[in-house]
Amino acid sequence: MTFLLGSGAGFSGDRTDAAIPVVAELIRRGQPCALAFETLGERTLAAAHRAMRDAPGMGFEPLLEELLSPVLKDCLEHGIAILGNFGAANPEGACEVIARLARQVGHTEVRIGRVQGDDIRARLADLDLQLWEAETQVLPDPDQLISANVYLGAAPLAQALGLGAQVVVTGRVADPALFLAPLVHHFGWAWDDWDRLAAGTMAGHLGECGAQVSGGYFADPGVKDVQGLATLGYPIIEVEEDGRLVVTKPPGTGGCVTERTVKEQLLYEVHDPSAYLTPDVVVDLSNVQVEQVGPDRVEVKGIRGKPAPSRLKTTVCYAGGWQGEAEISYAGPNALARARLAAQVLRERLAFRAPQELRKRIDIIGHASVFDDDAGTLQHESADVDGDYRLRLAVEHVERRWAERATQELLALYCAGPAGGGGVRRNLLQRVCTASYLVKRSDVETLATLFESGSTTDAT
Amino acid sequence: MPPNAHDGVVTVPLHRLAHARAGDKGNRLNLSLFAYRPEIYAILVEQVTESRVYALFSHRGVSRINRYLMPNLGGMNLVLDDVLQGGVNGALNLDGHGKTLSFLLLGMPVTVDPKLL
Repeated sequence: MTFLLGSGAGFSGDRTDAAIPVVAELIRRGQPCALAFETLGERTLAAAHRAMRDAPGMGFEPLLEELLSPVLKDCLEHGIAILGNFGAANPEGACEVIARLARQVGHTEVRIGRVQGDDIRARLADLDLQLWEAETQVLPDPDQLISANVYLGAAPLAQALGLGAQVVVTGRVADPALFLAPLVHHFGWAWDDWDRLAAGTMAGHLGECGAQVSGGYFADPGVKDVQGLATLGYPIIEVEEDGRLVVTKPPGTGGCVTERTVKEQLLYEVHDPSAYLTPDVVVDLSNVQVEQVGPDRVEVKGIRGKPAPSRLKTTVCYAGGWQGEAEISYAGPNALARARLAAQVLRERLAFRAPQELRKRIDIIGHASVFDDDAGTLQHESADVDGDYRLRLAVEHVERRWAERATQELLALYCAGPAGGGGVRRNLLQRVCTASYLVKRSDVETLATLFESGSTTDAT
Repeated sequence: MPPNAHDGVVTVPLHRLAHARAGDKGNRLNLSLFAYRPEIYAILVEQVTESRVYALFSHRGVSRINRYLMPNLGGMNLVLDDVLQGGVNGALNLDGHGKTLSFLLLGMPVTVDPKLL
């Protein structure tokens, strides 16, 4: 029987009402199903560790309550398993919140599965580490280290479901594992059935970014038009026992599921398409085919799998320098020249007001910014002079005072810079940096348990 | 881009022929690129070469480019190393993910028979 995978969120900060139509459709269909929330990117885990560092009770997905409140009752009452990596740096804290939310809707006996084993910080020094293929950063000093988390596969999540978990809370797992686990649990796929694992992994890959497969991150007016971006339907992936899969979305929602939206998401964050590395399987997309089989229905077939890699990716977070940002606007006649003059003034000031090693970048937003390099290569190209430009300074230094000093120099442009500068905003934060390594699979131990408020019951 | 009068071809931005999506991991960027129509795919293969993409991103310090052709999908996957100036947790760029960079690629000029437009 077809298994339905719904997506409730594709990143931390995603729409918190997105899961409502997905759950309504899952209930209407009445088939075996699960709902996954992917809320933990490279940036997000760093933010979670920073949050926990500042306030020990935090460190899980900040929007957890807003994401789950609209759908938790319906899911519990209709047997829809919820899986989420919203535990982030503090899965225990997330479990507490979910238990409380469940009590509030009359479910005092909710079974929350908790997955552990991703956090290897305490053992990092003893492990055999290799650099991840695109990594150049050597391991930071231990005193700089904030966290080290392995991307776990789907097995411990499937174990949690096997324990009867209605909600599965994880920290770092490979994003598709949130979708693969309920498939393995439901169909009983073997952990060396590489083609099925690959299909299930790609079902997860297509669903993990939420609306990115159903019309989000896609619209380009007049070229790739999408109706109803304000009410985008988040995806539902239909998966058969043999691994066939169809991407669709709830009826009556905005967005679209087309060959184009599916193809873009199929290769999203993929490197070599013949060897997409995940903890559970190496996916080979060489012969993949994408076909529209109905309105908002796209079938993906030809996915093949190869044995899982012997090493797992680990991302470490470590304390970085202080980043300062500040912006000021120039508009109207001769605005670009005034913005450029202001940039020149800043460069001259910072040359003697800040240390030589201050890392800095100046953008002229409206003229050249995000496409540019840190040196401002594109900024010096000519453009229309009138306009509405925003000069942006970004700096980084290990000492807070120099980041503050540099952005204060932009603030001072109010009175000491070119004519008509306004709307200054400043921002200062301590960065959490990341680097990625590979650890031996045999060095990683996972554990699935059922959570009870205040304690956990070992049930493996 | 104005049409080229000679050779019976016109120069247009890649944006007229193909769509693209950017994804990041660390300091590595991938850009998937898909022809709007099957007959366009060969033009992408011929003109969106590793060396031209390298030139387009050279000011950002790209160190290596791998191009993976995906004829079944009518497109390709371009993987660019060290192009994000530190990536999402390290860049000073407003867009540390490099999400906007699919449209830097789509600005690349390509020549095409106007009948294919």
